[in-house]
Amino acid sequence: MRSALNIAAKDLRQRVRDRSIYVIALAAPLGLAAIFGFVFNPISDADFTATFAVANVDQGPLAAPLVDGVLGGLAEAGNVNLVQAASAEEATRLVEGDGERADQDIDAAIIIPADFSARVQTGRPAELRVVQNANSSLAATLALAIVEGYARELDYVQGAVTTLAAFDPARLADAAGVAGLAASTPHPVTVRDVSASTKQLDNTTFYGAGLATFFLFFTVQFGVNSLLEERHFGTLNRLLAAPVPRWSIILGKAITSFGLGLVSMLILIVATSFILGADWGNPAGVALLVVAATASAIGVMAMVSALARTSEQGEVFSSIAAVGLGIIGGTFFPINQAGGVLASLRFVTPHAWFLQGLGDLAGGSIGDILPAVVALLAFTAASSGIALALLRRRLNP
Amino acid sequence: MLECRDLRKSFGELAAVDGVSFHIAAGETYGLLGPNGAGKTTSISMAVGLMQRDGGQVLVDGEPLDPGTTKLKAKIGLVPQDLALYPDLTARENLRFFGRLYDMPRARLSRRVDEVLEIIGLSDRANDRADTFSGGMKRRLNIGIGLLHAPGLLVLDEPTVGVDPQSRNAILESIEQLGSEGLAVLYTTHYMEEAERLCDRIGIIDRGQIKAEGTRRELAQILSQHDRVRLSATGPLHEGAEALRRIAGVQQVDVTDGAIDVLVEQAGNSLMAILSALDQSGVSITGVEIDEPNLEAVFLHLTGRSLRD
Repeated sequence: MRSALNIAAKDLRQRVRDRSIYVIALAAPLGLAAIFGFVFNPISDADFTATFAVANVDQGPLAAPLVDGVLGGLAEAGNVNLVQAASAEEATRLVEGDGERADQDIDAAIIIPADFSARVQTGRPAELRVVQNANSSLAATLALAIVEGYARELDYVQGAVTTLAAFDPARLADAAGVAGLAASTPHPVTVRDVSASTKQLDNTTFYGAGLATFFLFFTVQFGVNSLLEERHFGTLNRLLAAPVPRWSIILGKAITSFGLGLVSMLILIVATSFILGADWGNPAGVALLVVAATASAIGVMAMVSALARTSEQGEVFSSIAAVGLGIIGGTFFPINQAGGVLASLRFVTPHAWFLQGLGDLAGGSIGDILPAVVALLAFTAASSGIALALLRRRLNP
Repeated sequence: MLECRDLRKSFGELAAVDGVSFHIAAGETYGLLGPNGAGKTTSISMAVGLMQRDGGQVLVDGEPLDPGTTKLKAKIGLVPQDLALYPDLTARENLRFFGRLYDMPRARLSRRVDEVLEIIGLSDRANDRADTFSGGMKRRLNIGIGLLHAPGLLVLDEPTVGVDPQSRNAILESIEQLGSEGLAVLYTTHYMEEAERLCDRIGIIDRGQIKAEGTRRELAQILSQHDRVRLSATGPLHEGAEALRRIAGVQQVDVTDGAIDVLVEQAGNSLMAILSALDQSGVSITGVEIDEPNLEAVFLHLTGRSLRD
């Protein structure tokens, strides 16, 4: 054990002297996390408000539910600001910024033509118009979705009435009864908004954690690849000729990687918490996840490194693996939101399990991270086993 | 101190070492002399427990040494053929690190580091990084690391390859000094002069086998009925050499820089014929030396090829 510690101490001294460790383990992840956090926060975390110009030229009975009901409800909730326009032309001018209210950003105009209600009630084609501001794609798309949704509702009502008229025309005479029936019938499908905030890391924490994990794989490779460096510099033969057990050489390298990985993660957690305001969660749970993630990173990178014959090859293999696994694992963007194969594929990487564990910790207790920790340890065991089998041959020429 | 019995190692179809046996007594300097690819490095890799053997046995002070053995390795100091040091550590840091691996007590290690820095002449550069050293200084540090734990046996694998003449001489002097202090030395080389200068006994190795073994004098006895005639000359030396090979009694002819070495039975009987043949070939002779055969001639006689091949 003492020889392993000697080897680790020597490696750490070399790595500290080699200043690239500061860039890979600290500056790069911290800088990128800060940039990503600042860039993406305004989009997703800030309060979203859209401003629509509404030209209710129709003023009919079927315009009121859209203007007062749907749009009015959104305005009351504070999600939408409504600006009344007297005509379709005025609404269009407001969107294009070519009118007296050009100082106010109008994201879209919703125009209800004069004969809208009459056309719908008499079964003739009718249209609702949406004028989108090219500079407000998200809010403009929302306006279109609202209007499309309302039009679809009207289609359903129209279809239901037509069906009733075909099968039981007598019922139509009792308009009040039909309305009562409709009102008393429960909605066949309801959509419940389940808030995912307890399971979803905020942007700063997500990018801090993602990039810390991403660079963790680069950081641990300094220790893992040093076995190849020992061979490159001829010092591996000296180590093998010294009165030390061969396993202590590998253990020394693992200790180096573990030390570098843990220190790098610790500094990043503290820095992102205090500087960027990231919320990593329960410290004990985070510590458990960090230890398991670091161990899995060492195992995976040792396996990759063991496939290489030279230190240069080892660096290339390690970089490819670190970048590839990082992307698949969703360290740059929440890949689980992409859905489909990508969302499932991410679980072939330790990165995804680490982020999943942090999410579970954010939404629950320390016990909830058990699956993530077990998965990370399984990665460690499998990859380390393969790495040791490959290294055994190298250390016993 | 060290006994190797019937060492064998193959790489695929190639038998790199094929039944090599030798022993080294305490205080003795033993040389393995052979050209590149003869099996020298593979033999010593097995001897110091670096490489798994296909067959044979290694005994250090009578105890068997295997790659998994740790305790016995402390008795051996290794100086690999290629530089084996950390370029980003200082000379002192390199020495201290390897010293710790040999479990040297802190105070003794500090003392020994200073001693070794003195021996290898790097005391004034002790705190400089190894990558700032010249090739010769790195070679000396390479040897110093092998010496640090004061082993009973020092194994040097061609330590002067690629070294300038001045550094080479300094290295050879250090090894001579160590040998005289009672250290057992196993020295591999393909330089005949180094083997002749340093080694008490020499094993001539070729194609994975020891072809002959003994002191320099014993090896020279193999060609006891022969003389070595060295002719310093100018002109078409290779044409002259061809002419000499046709003379009765001439065993070997070897052309080196500005000279032709001839191994001949009874030089007195053939000298006139040799000089005449060279004259007819247009070679101008500037000097003649008659000596007993050297190791190069012995090697050529035993293997049919030159050490430089």
